[in-house]
Amino acid sequence: MARAVPKSRRWLMTIIAWAIAFVIFFPILWTIITSFKTEGDAVLSPPDLLTAGWTTESYGVVQDRSNYFKFAMNSVMLALGSTAFALLLAIPAAWAMAFAPGKRTKDLLMWMLSTKMMPPVGALIPIYLIFRDLHLLDTRGGIITVLMLLNLPIIIWMLYTYFKEIPGEILEASRMDGASVGKELIYVLAPMAIPGIASTVLLNVILAWNEAFWTLSLTTKNAAPLTQFIASYSSPEGLFWAKLSAASTMAIAPILVLGWFAQKQLVRGLTFGAVK
Amino acid sequence: MATQHTRTLGRMAVAPSVLALFLWMIVPLGMTIYFSFLRYNLLDPGNESFIGLVNYKYFLSDPAFLSALGNSLKIVGSVLAISIIGGVILALLLDQAIYGRSFVRLMVIAPFFVMPTVSALVWKNMMMHPVQGVLAWLSQTFGLEPIDWFTHHPLLAVIIIVAWQWLPFATLILLTALQSMDEEQKEAAEMDGTPPLSYFRYMVVPHLARPITVVVLIETIFLLNVFAEIYVTGSGGRAGNMPYLVYFQGLLNFDVGGASAGGIIAVILANIVAFFLMRMIGKNLEG
Amino acid sequence: MGNITLKNVHKAFGDAVIIPDASLDIRTGEFVVFVGPSGCGKSTLLRLIAGLEDLTSGQIFIDGKDVSDTPPSQRGLSMVFQSYALYPHMSVRNNIGFGLKMAGVPPEEINAKVAKAAATLNLTDYLDRKPRQLSGGQRQRVAIGRAIVRQPKAFLFDEPLSNLDAALRVNMRVEIMQLHQDLGATMIYVTHDQVEAMTMANRIVVLNKGNIEQVGSPLELYNSPDSLFVAGFIGSPKMNFITGDVARARKAATLGIRPEHIEIVKGKGDWQGTIHFAEHLGADSFLHVDTKDAGRLTVRAPGDFMGKPGDAIALKPDGARMHRFDDRGLAIR
Repeated sequence: MARAVPKSRRWLMTIIAWAIAFVIFFPILWTIITSFKTEGDAVLSPPDLLTAGWTTESYGVVQDRSNYFKFAMNSVMLALGSTAFALLLAIPAAWAMAFAPGKRTKDLLMWMLSTKMMPPVGALIPIYLIFRDLHLLDTRGGIITVLMLLNLPIIIWMLYTYFKEIPGEILEASRMDGASVGKELIYVLAPMAIPGIASTVLLNVILAWNEAFWTLSLTTKNAAPLTQFIASYSSPEGLFWAKLSAASTMAIAPILVLGWFAQKQLVRGLTFGAVK
Repeated sequence: MATQHTRTLGRMAVAPSVLALFLWMIVPLGMTIYFSFLRYNLLDPGNESFIGLVNYKYFLSDPAFLSALGNSLKIVGSVLAISIIGGVILALLLDQAIYGRSFVRLMVIAPFFVMPTVSALVWKNMMMHPVQGVLAWLSQTFGLEPIDWFTHHPLLAVIIIVAWQWLPFATLILLTALQSMDEEQKEAAEMDGTPPLSYFRYMVVPHLARPITVVVLIETIFLLNVFAEIYVTGSGGRAGNMPYLVYFQGLLNFDVGGASAGGIIAVILANIVAFFLMRMIGKNLEG
Repeated sequence: MGNITLKNVHKAFGDAVIIPDASLDIRTGEFVVFVGPSGCGKSTLLRLIAGLEDLTSGQIFIDGKDVSDTPPSQRGLSMVFQSYALYPHMSVRNNIGFGLKMAGVPPEEINAKVAKAAATLNLTDYLDRKPRQLSGGQRQRVAIGRAIVRQPKAFLFDEPLSNLDAALRVNMRVEIMQLHQDLGATMIYVTHDQVEAMTMANRIVVLNKGNIEQVGSPLELYNSPDSLFVAGFIGSPKMNFITGDVARARKAATLGIRPEHIEIVKGKGDWQGTIHFAEHLGADSFLHVDTKDAGRLTVRAPGDFMGKPGDAIALKPDGARMHRFDDRGLAIR
């Protein structure tokens, strides 16, 4: 049990912490506030906080003009699709590495991670050309595959660390109970690993949602997610701040909420289990 | 501990992932290496020819390469410095007894979840705009000349944007590490009458050494690949880094050969970093 | 049915040989205990029988059928694990019924069998709880329930009581023995606790460094241990080992005598000594006595024995109960 901290010190720390947090959070807060202003009020300098009228008109305009929901739908499809696809490959792999490790398992894990280290620019041109020739450019299937491969090492790694925490005796018990490997996975491992799988899904959705290099390079219209949607505001609509803010708010809100829920898992996933 | 039977099944279970990742790694890399030896322009298809190391010579002697390499390193170095120093301070602060800690924590980590294209545009337009931006207004309030960030300091502007995204990451990880410090260890130090500075020097710093290394290595990997912030703010001309240059060469100039040579150089640079990261994580795997 | 035969079983992990060569015949309905210090290979031997580990060489037969290459799920054995290994996400009912479900038994039949097992184990009121809502003893019973519903050819227990506190352990010991009596099934029980081995077993298998040192009934092992290792492992407090002239006088390298076989005599005994300290347990007192001839000895005295540290004392060993061992540690008979 920690001792009580003197009140004065506690208040001082609180004020400093809140001030810094406010500065860091300010651009997001400002974006949200601006999204509810009129275009005229948005560009006022000094900013007008109190007398400006609140309006949701920008949201409507953004939807009408650039079809937010189509992009958002693509973002959802890409994030969920790539996650589901990756889980399909990763769960059996992580199961095998956690519960039936061989001499090479460690090397294999390291190698998988090393694929993550490869800078995307090294692969951009060939992937672009392959996609062009296979008519995969600007298709959901194509970009889902890329996002899946991009995050597969992290997913395998995360699942592996979660599976490692499940006592092997429980799986052995199911074997003694006559369960085949498939049934062992479905009835015993998967239900026990649900919290771990859920965090893995969460992290992967966040990463896929925000992935900007490949989505910007390989999509233009049909499969374009919100990263493209926002990039399209770089000009000339970037001058319309209220609309830019409304579009930005819509693009980040879902993932901000998910991210806040997933803080802890994020640390574990992004550091490959090195920090828990 | 497993039987031959489960080990065989295990191999079958791992195979699809291994195969997929192997192809994902080796096919593009192989093609990139191959293209890097070709004269290959998308505007002039059918006229590919082997030209040996000419692309490399061309790419390496291009002044844009040196500038891109310099920008890459500047971005990595400054953002690392900002996020580690700031991260340690913030983590120590958030580890104190403060009111509303979880809410403060939420605000601090929020930027990490913001899509790179969004942060680029929000910063470029609403924060850093020389006339109507918040920073310009602040400067004027204090009687200073507003800075035209993207005209005069494009690289610094990019660094600020990227640091804003990665400082929360460092803070989050260092804070998590701090909070996993042994309570009893803290109490033992108190019993020993350790003054705060010595406590920081002899207990906290060693405890944070590993997470800091992890943050450095992971951020380096991501920071070497910063792209959207440069692309979207249109600062590629002067603040462009290696990824941007390769993208520019390949998909905007259609010079596949030259871009491929650049890609390979980027891969080599990243591998030097990755080598240390892998060793670090590998050690961690033992424990 | 349920006889299990091990024939020249050999197990190695890479270069590390865990079980050099073990052969053993376990008869139907027997309660056999594998006992030995940690790292002696007893759990590995059990897991080999279960099929959770591969044999490096040798054979295992269940009811005369070679099961060396049969996966655990098809050997028809049940196992109770040290950690209980209950399925945390399933209710007690589903935990117990899981094996039957895997075997494709119809739901009504599963329910009936689970209910019967639960009644036997006093778990009826807990059927809808999750394992985490149970006490250690209840979890243990669920693990046993899971083992019995499948009516296996044999039960395997891997140190099942080591996570329970002392009082509960004694109760569970009795319950398992009761179960053995009721079911009449073959049971193989692994423990490092020689008291458990002595109280529960029909036959004890003492293991040391992967080798079977001796197989026999509890009293056989107590009365005529084949080796120093068995003599020292079975019995509590430990048998006294005496070397030097006293042993040599009886043509042995080492002489063994249990604390309960040394008498405290008035006047002059065989060995003279002083009490170093005394442990009073109530019914008995154990004295640690320093003797000139035989070194430090543990001696059992009646509970009302009043000696204090420093008191002089005379001892007389029961000559018929002395064990002689040669310089390789084997019994001389």
